[in-house]
Amino acid sequence: MCVLQGENVTSRAFDETYGFGPYPGGAGAGPLFGADGQGPAVRPPYAEVERWLKSAPPDLLETRRRQAELFFRRIGITFAVYGDPDASERLIPFDIIPRVLAGSEWARMEEGLKQRVQALNMFLADVYGPRDCIRAGIVPEELILLNPQYCLPQVGRRPAKDVWVQIAGIDMVRTGPDEFFVLEDNARTPSGVSYMLENREVMLRLVPELIHAVSMAGGLRPVETYPEKLLETLTSVAPNNCNGEPCLALLTPGIHNSAYYEHSFLADKLGVELVEGSDLFVHGDILYMRTTEGPKRVDVLYRRVDDDFLDPLIFRADSVLGVPGLVNAVHAGNLTITNALGTGIADDKAIYSYMPDIIRFFTGRDPILHNVPTWRCREPEALSYVLDNLAELVVKETDGSGGYGMLVGPHATEAQRQEFAARLRANPQHYIAQPTLALSTCPTLTASGVAPRHVDLRPFVLTGANGSQIVPGGLTRVALKEGSLVVNSSQGGGTKDTWVVDIPGDEG
Amino acid sequence: MLSRSASNLYWMGRYLERADFLCRLIDATVRLASLPASHGGAAPAWESAIQSAAVAEAFHERNLPVDEANVGHFLTLDPENLSSIRRCLEAARNNGRAVRTSLTLETWEAVNDAWHEIQRFGSGMPDSSTLVRLVDSIKNSLLMFDGAAHRTQLREATYWFLRLGTTVERADNTARLLDVKYHLLLPRSEPVGGSLDYFQWTTLLRTVSALTAYRWVYRESVKPWLVADLLIFNRAMPRSLIACLEDAVWLLDQLAATRGRRGPANRIAATSLRALAGSDIDRLFQSGLHEFLERFIIENNRLGDAIAEQYLF
Repeated sequence: MCVLQGENVTSRAFDETYGFGPYPGGAGAGPLFGADGQGPAVRPPYAEVERWLKSAPPDLLETRRRQAELFFRRIGITFAVYGDPDASERLIPFDIIPRVLAGSEWARMEEGLKQRVQALNMFLADVYGPRDCIRAGIVPEELILLNPQYCLPQVGRRPAKDVWVQIAGIDMVRTGPDEFFVLEDNARTPSGVSYMLENREVMLRLVPELIHAVSMAGGLRPVETYPEKLLETLTSVAPNNCNGEPCLALLTPGIHNSAYYEHSFLADKLGVELVEGSDLFVHGDILYMRTTEGPKRVDVLYRRVDDDFLDPLIFRADSVLGVPGLVNAVHAGNLTITNALGTGIADDKAIYSYMPDIIRFFTGRDPILHNVPTWRCREPEALSYVLDNLAELVVKETDGSGGYGMLVGPHATEAQRQEFAARLRANPQHYIAQPTLALSTCPTLTASGVAPRHVDLRPFVLTGANGSQIVPGGLTRVALKEGSLVVNSSQGGGTKDTWVVDIPGDEG
Repeated sequence: MLSRSASNLYWMGRYLERADFLCRLIDATVRLASLPASHGGAAPAWESAIQSAAVAEAFHERNLPVDEANVGHFLTLDPENLSSIRRCLEAARNNGRAVRTSLTLETWEAVNDAWHEIQRFGSGMPDSSTLVRLVDSIKNSLLMFDGAAHRTQLREATYWFLRLGTTVERADNTARLLDVKYHLLLPRSEPVGGSLDYFQWTTLLRTVSALTAYRWVYRESVKPWLVADLLIFNRAMPRSLIACLEDAVWLLDQLAATRGRRGPANRIAATSLRALAGSDIDRLFQSGLHEFLERFIIENNRLGDAIAEQYLF
């Protein structure tokens, strides 16, 4: 969950916001261009979007938006909201104005993402292997060894081709033309890629005139190759004991999981079986699925089930989502599971702040993408800074998630801050603090016309035996409420199609 | 194919067929119950409906009067009745969701739409006109499903398992319907061929959409033994027992061909079909129609079990 402070949003010329010129009014005040259509020139990536928005009658946009919604409902692209029976199948709102990145902006981001994922993989190989980074003092020993995410059964093991994180989703925000920050690494079972693909499908159907114009001006890079690249990635990490063409399957927790649509969508696109734990069994350290033609051996399992539930013999004994003996099949070299076991240590909040050092240590180069500056309250100097500046900071628990147990300083009352400070003093090693960032905004269709809304971006990095690849795009999430910085779909966030465009004169 | 997927498809077929049967049963019963009391009256008509739907015990546990309002609600919208149309559509849709990728967009949309359609009617007591509208509308939704599946699904295991469920459920429904009507709808005091019989047997024909078919086949007034002949022995009649068995044999053959191996289910279906083909309605009446139907229902269940076992559901 990302909650960031949006003060000074209007006074700073953010990249995507100044695409349409500075806003005339206060925070989030629209419209993006004056009644006369005059204003500062937009940056080149947004030129066609601006032309389209200016020429399209307002009700056309609304019609297209409704058509998009109908499309999503018909194909059943819904997500489940836990604990809300009425909304058990809800649509994520879709905004038809694309978020556009120039080829050159993307190139830099791509390079940074590959570097980061390479470092994550090397870090995992190290912490479950020689632990050089601990010995070199890059990361404190206890943060690794005492971390609940550190997966003991994985110690001393190496996955096929030494690839740990085959599929990564890196959450990014932008605060300026060249200022990309990584908010969070998702190295376990990142979701959202089906939206990247379906959003593009919808755009191709609904705004062909805009896509045509963008193509004529230079080109819109396709994302539709993702399933093929994913298949290539999964096939490339087949286990050592696999002879011939590997058999792949996608493991889902089942139809009640919030991301079930995505699981079935991906299985369909990949042309592999969508399996549940009960469809699988392990015999002689080999994983099989039960088919109408008898047991069929599985070589690579793309699992969308967390470590804890994967194998009741090793992890949670009460899990019915996994398969007894699965981990043995992996360790016997008969099965690859993606992502590998134990990758949670790499995207842990406590580790996040060490990422710049981790990247330098393993790749020998400076990080290309920024980390949000993070004060580790376990360090006395940091703690005293945090206590002195609580009103400007966001404080999070290192092992918390979903926004629980956190303090958003600028939004909290004095009493809340006092109370939190006491907790912080009592247990500093459980907390980190970050400054509030001013997120960029993108033009978004709202009830009162086109207006700026805050966005983030999750590109998906695929890593196989032959290195990393990234389709040019990702999932852009947008906070639909005016001024809001919360992009989570469970809290009123929506999505946008993400375009990487080639434009003349751009050094892409 | 995953065994679970085969099971999902098979059960989706069964639940949709059951929902369709319930629609037709209600439709026919509303008509029968509307006749003057001298023709039998409403209560026996609705009693026979719950018998035919094999839910009499569950219904009577509630100690409610047997009438259109209570039985109509129980069979259609009642969320507590596991065999209500609502629950059948819900189960069919859940099975469909679990094999979403095996279904074409059209087939999925049809089952999804049928479920949304029943949701529209809420879960309270439907009044008479709502009951009729509901039944009509769901029947249409299910026709859409059949059409979508027929027109768009690849002719392979997915489709065959779906159809196999339909066939096994249909045979069960027809056999139960015949058995219930044969016993319950024929008061001993009524002379055979009287006006009461006529309505009872035409109701039965309506339930399986076969009244017109009867006239085309026999070209004479409705007689109980000919009704039985049509619903048991007529191969052209899609809901007859013999047509269901022929379908089952054919579908199991298709599955065996892709798998290269036959199993107990193939043998049971083929044996039942041979036995039925070698008999006729006169012989059946001599040895007892009721006994025959009971045996048929048991054999049909055995076929269902054998399918599950053979394909590792």
